[in-house]
Amino acid sequence: MIRIVLPAHLKSLAKVSGEVQLDITGPVTQRVVLDALEIRYPMLRGTMRDHRTGQRRAFIRFYACEEDLSNDPPDTPLPNQVATGEEPLLVIGAMAGG
Amino acid sequence: MSGVRVLVGTRKGAFILTADGKRQDWAVSGPHFGGWEMYHVNGSPADPDRLYASQSSGWFGQLMQRSNDGGKTWEPVGNEFTYEGETGDHLWYDGTPRPWEFKRIWHLEPSPDDPDTVYAGAEDAAIFRSTDGGGSWHELPALRTHESAPRWQPGAGGMCLHSIILDPVNSDRMFIAISAAGVFRTDDSGKSWQPVNRGLQSGQIPDPDAEVGHCVHRIAMHPSRPDVLFMQKHWDVMRSDDAGDSWHEISGDLPTDFGFPIAVHAHEPDTIYVVPIKSDSEHYPPEGKLRVYRSRTGGNEWEPLTTGLPQANCYVNVLRDAMAVDTLDPCGTYFGTTGGQVYGSADGGDTWAPIVRDLPAVLSVEVQALP
Repeated sequence: MIRIVLPAHLKSLAKVSGEVQLDITGPVTQRVVLDALEIRYPMLRGTMRDHRTGQRRAFIRFYACEEDLSNDPPDTPLPNQVATGEEPLLVIGAMAGG
Repeated sequence: MSGVRVLVGTRKGAFILTADGKRQDWAVSGPHFGGWEMYHVNGSPADPDRLYASQSSGWFGQLMQRSNDGGKTWEPVGNEFTYEGETGDHLWYDGTPRPWEFKRIWHLEPSPDDPDTVYAGAEDAAIFRSTDGGGSWHELPALRTHESAPRWQPGAGGMCLHSIILDPVNSDRMFIAISAAGVFRTDDSGKSWQPVNRGLQSGQIPDPDAEVGHCVHRIAMHPSRPDVLFMQKHWDVMRSDDAGDSWHEISGDLPTDFGFPIAVHAHEPDTIYVVPIKSDSEHYPPEGKLRVYRSRTGGNEWEPLTTGLPQANCYVNVLRDAMAVDTLDPCGTYFGTTGGQVYGSADGGDTWAPIVRDLPAVLSVEVQALP
């Protein structure tokens, strides 16, 4: 079971509160997790990464286990603590004014 | 008519203001989508309860929302806006080529007779259409691939397609306007487009009467007279009597040559409204007085409308999509400011009153007359 923490605006959009939990089989990578998240919550498509290219939006960050994983290649395995559900994957809206 | 519904898009959410036909006592609903930039909220003329809302943010990109109950509830619909084929380049501010890049939807224009058909104007400039209630969007690419497109350049607010007018008589004809390219017309439902900017004079572009490159801020039409267009340009207020084939200036005795919105009275096709703003560097009302100017002669002769509007120390702006008229009698007129006020007039502009005073900066105002 994978735990994901969304930023407030995306929680509102997906109509969820608290963490999102996903069951994923096979390798747990950023791409696999985001694919599963977007299948469960299709309204999130395009909000974290580009529809076509899959490229992370500039002001979105992915943190886990006190590490910034944002710039890791999307097929890199996520930390084992994320894969086991011990730690959540944090989706962050980067701090910026406005 | 039983009342009106004013749809307000702001920098931090959408608001819906409703009143009965007297338009004196208002109910305020919102913020809807609090914290998001709501560039435009617009309703279907064919089904007033069908609303579309453009929702965006620098963090999470573009979303599109649809309501089937007049804004009580909303559902996210399709948000994939993909340019068809080769994206090509336009000119950047510094004159270098820059690839087209989708940023947001500025304007939504629902079809007059099909609630599921709606057009969307994008930054970087392009027009999209949905025929399934916003579920999917498809570009009409002939506009963006027009031979002049590599010479289009963004205005200060971005290279946005901000005006879409569907001809009420000829369903194959529509007009769009882009800052800073100009006005384009299609006579074949978007298969081909021609720039219609002859007569525009823009003193601060290299060729003042170039075919494209004009910073058109807004165009408006009265539905009874589809060949007559009015324009607020970066400089001057203009009029065309031949569907854009030629334009002539009607600024007349306006106090400035700048402003953003322009609107036409619902029942008097020669009565038009603008909000003069001091150009070029200040972008606020001259002398700190917020004045709507009305012409009842189709331009050139203008009268300031001041009753109920602040006449001292007012330094707000009124953006291009932030003025609307209703179809009640007498015609109601509305506009929103960057200071968060929405003003309304139930008598064609003679007197004004704030409906709300302290919203986030207003980006757009539309109004629906409710049956």
